This record gives sequence, structure tokens and C-alpha cells, in this order.
Amino acid sequence: MAYEKLVELDKVGYQIANKPILENIGLSIYPKEIVSLIGPNGAGKSTLIKILVGLLTPTQGKVVVQPGITIGYTPQKMQLSAILPLTVSRFLKLVKAKRPLQEVLSELNISDVLLDTMVWNLSGGEWQRVLLARALIQQPDLLVLDEPAQGIDLIGQAALYTLLRHIRDKYQCGILLVSHDLHIVMAGTDRVVCLQQHICCQGHPETVSRDPAFQALFGPIAQDLALYTHRHDHQH
Amino acid sequence: MALDSFPPFLIRAMLAGIGISFMVAPLGAIVVWRRMAYFGDALAHAGLLGAILAMAWQVQPLVGLVIVALLFCLAFSRLPSNSWLATDTLLGLLAHASLALGMVLLSYISNKTIDIMNLLFGDILTVLPSEILLIYGLLLVVWGVLAKAWSSLLSITVHEELAAVEGIKVKRLNFIFMILLALVVAVAIKMVGILLITALLIMPVAIVRPISITPEGVVIKAMLVAMGAVLLGLFWSYYQDVPTGPAIVCILAASFIGVLFLKRIQPKQTE
Repeated sequence: MAYEKLVELDKVGYQIANKPILENIGLSIYPKEIVSLIGPNGAGKSTLIKILVGLLTPTQGKVVVQPGITIGYTPQKMQLSAILPLTVSRFLKLVKAKRPLQEVLSELNISDVLLDTMVWNLSGGEWQRVLLARALIQQPDLLVLDEPAQGIDLIGQAALYTLLRHIRDKYQCGILLVSHDLHIVMAGTDRVVCLQQHICCQGHPETVSRDPAFQALFGPIAQDLALYTHRHDHQH
Repeated sequence: MALDSFPPFLIRAMLAGIGISFMVAPLGAIVVWRRMAYFGDALAHAGLLGAILAMAWQVQPLVGLVIVALLFCLAFSRLPSNSWLATDTLLGLLAHASLALGMVLLSYISNKTIDIMNLLFGDILTVLPSEILLIYGLLLVVWGVLAKAWSSLLSITVHEELAAVEGIKVKRLNFIFMILLALVVAVAIKMVGILLITALLIMPVAIVRPISITPEGVVIKAMLVAMGAVLLGLFWSYYQDVPTGPAIVCILAASFIGVLFLKRIQPKQTE
């Protein structure tokens, strides 16, 4: 029961005006795992995420979501307008909380000063934390994060993955995220899914980094990474 | 000056005006936040067709206004959007087609008792007791719906997709809001007329934006500003015989300029 699929994409495809964006995607997310979705620009990562959370209906195949689960979602970086006066605190209180707000705030290091800040005055990293807090207070079974590391420096990204592992263990939720930085993905993820219209390879980071399809897609960086994950594993 | 020294028509107009102020403020706030000003404007233009149809059928103008406004919403939600035509193009198309159709129809109607000026600029001084009842009935509906949907509407305003994933029925809520707006526009046409309706929706909100730090603060202050402008406009109109609708909008415009100056003198952390 605990390892039942949270969501399953079965032979999912998506086309816009006969131009295929995604083809034959088979992907399942389980509880208590962090899955990183990687791929070059235009690979269909955001489309896949949107299909998974139900914002887009696939043109082929089907999406099966375990009934009754809560999906937490953080969209890609967005431009917030100053037309609507809204503090972080008010923004967080727009949703029904299933967890104590204070607890989530301290987990994510969100200070009282930040709570009183207008949402459009937040930096990229702060806004990501606020979005994550909004997702967490709803006690998600599945967290879907579209480029959470955007606008965050390398140290911040490493901290983000540490935080996500903590969330995975504490909330027992599945986490799917889109990421660009291969090094950190490889170090901090349970499973990597490599996308280029179709899923070219997926599995444990180390396995994937040695996969010819992965190396073909990412070229020299991939070679470098294979070495990196190798060294990394030997430290344990 | 005692209230009973005012003629009954002025008291009726004041009552109607207060009711309308309390409706346009919260809806106007959402219109401003969601950048729907042009939608309100388009709805109002289509209203002319409604008023003329009502005259042809010999029913209350309000009936025609409401029916056309609802048809407008329905047509708008059915037209293709975000694909090969932009929303403002569609709205302009609908608005001016209805406006033109209304004027053509008018020329076919033999007894031209309709006063176009009243429709264009409002005639709140002739408001009927039955219309006042209707205004307050609609006010209850507006506040009832908003009380239930306020948080969801704010969530949609911040990020529509995030709200959708969190389980808010975005399309349904958008449609409900559109209908509410259509009804309020139809009623408020009586107050300031077709050409000035958007002003009544957006100006109170624009005026209080620099002095507000919460969404609810905007709504409450905008209600007071709208009410103040409506009452002042009515007195101005009564004592100096200027058209009421334009008087109200002039007062709002002056207030906006006033707030800009105040803001310059005493900047606050609201932006």
C-alpha cells in the first residue's frame, strides 16, 4: 500500500498542431522518492509536468492519479505584479492548512520579516521557498516542482536538495522536479528521468550517467558526470 | 441640512448610489487585479443593445440589459481564445457589434421614446423604488458569492495554474465572476451610463491602491471612496444641474490626482 504509485503516465503523448512535443511517455512516481526530470531546452519538461498535474490533457495515452491524493505544485519562475497588494503571510493563508503554518515556516526558514514582505518584492529563492511552504501546509502526497532551482546559486541549490530529502522523509511524499544542474541532480536524487520528447533513459543517477543515450544527449558534461558520480560513490 | 428637506427622488438616488458603490468596489478590485477593465467596458457597450431591445419588447430596460449581458458572457466564453485572436480583439468585436446592432434596431422602432443620452451617461435621478430593491437584492447576491469565493479568486489572480492544481475550478469560477460582473454592470449603467461604467469600477480601486497593503483594505476603502464620490456627485448634480454620472467620475478623477500628490508627500511601503 505504501508503495502504490502516486501517479502513472501510460504511453502519454502530446502534440500541438501535429508537431509532437512528447511521445510515448511511461513514467510512475512512488511515495518517498525524489525524481529529477532533466533534458535540454525544448525537450518537453514543462509540458510533461503540466500533464502530470492535470493542467494539460494529453493527446495520447492516459494519466492515472491515485484517488484522494494531494498534489503540491510550484510553477516556474513568474513575474508577480504589484497591482494586487498581498503579503507573503496572506498569500500562504489563501489555502486551507492541513499542517500548522508555524512548523512549515521554521522548516523552510521563513522569517517573520519575510512574512510581512509583499510577494512581488521577493527574490527568486525566497519566492521558491514561499511556494514550497504553500504546497507543504496542504500536506502533499506528491510534490511537483517546476525548476525550483532557477535563480538560486549553487550553494543554495545544494541546500535545496538537502531540504527536499528532509521533506521526502518527513512528509513521506513523492517529489518530482525539473532541474538543469546535472551535478546536483546526480548527487541528490533517487531517480533521474532523462527527457528528449521521449524518455531516453531513467534510473539511479549512477546508472543513468553511464547510459549511452544520456551521454549522447549531454555530451562531454555527461562523461564528466560519470566520473563524478563514480568518485562520489566511493566516498561511502 | 436635514435629510427630509431633500426631495424623494434625490433620496432614492442616494440609496441606489450607496448600494451600487458597495457592489462596484469589490468587483472593480478584481477587475483591476485581473486586468479585465476592457471586459467591463465591452459589457457596457453591449448594454446599449439590451436597453434598446427592452424598449422594443416594452419591458423594463434593466431586463434587456441583464439578458444581453448574460448572452455576452456566454458568447465570450464560447469564442476561441488565446489562439489566433487576442482577448481584447474578441471583446472589441462583440462590444461594437452589439452597439452597432442596437443603433440600427433603434432606427426601426417607431416610437423613439428612448433617450440615448440617459443610457450613455446614466439617469440615477429617475431611479424607481423597484429598481432600488433590485440593486440591494443583487448586492446580497454579490456579497454572498464573494464571501464564498474570495480566497479562490485571489489565488486565481496570483497564479491561475497554481490555483487549478490546488483544486480550484478556475473555469467555473471565472464564468461565475463574469456573470456577476455582467449583472452589476447592467445595474450600474443606471448610475453613470454606458460610457462611464468602467470608471466607476476601476477608479475607486486605483485611488485607494497607494494607501492599501491588503486586498481587503483595497475593497473597504474603495467602497467608501465610491460612496463618497456618488453622494458628492449627486449633490453637485442636484444643486448645480450638471449630469450626475459625469459629475461622479470627475470627482473620482480629482481624488485620484489628490492621492498621487499625497503619496508624493508621504510615501508609504505599499509598493
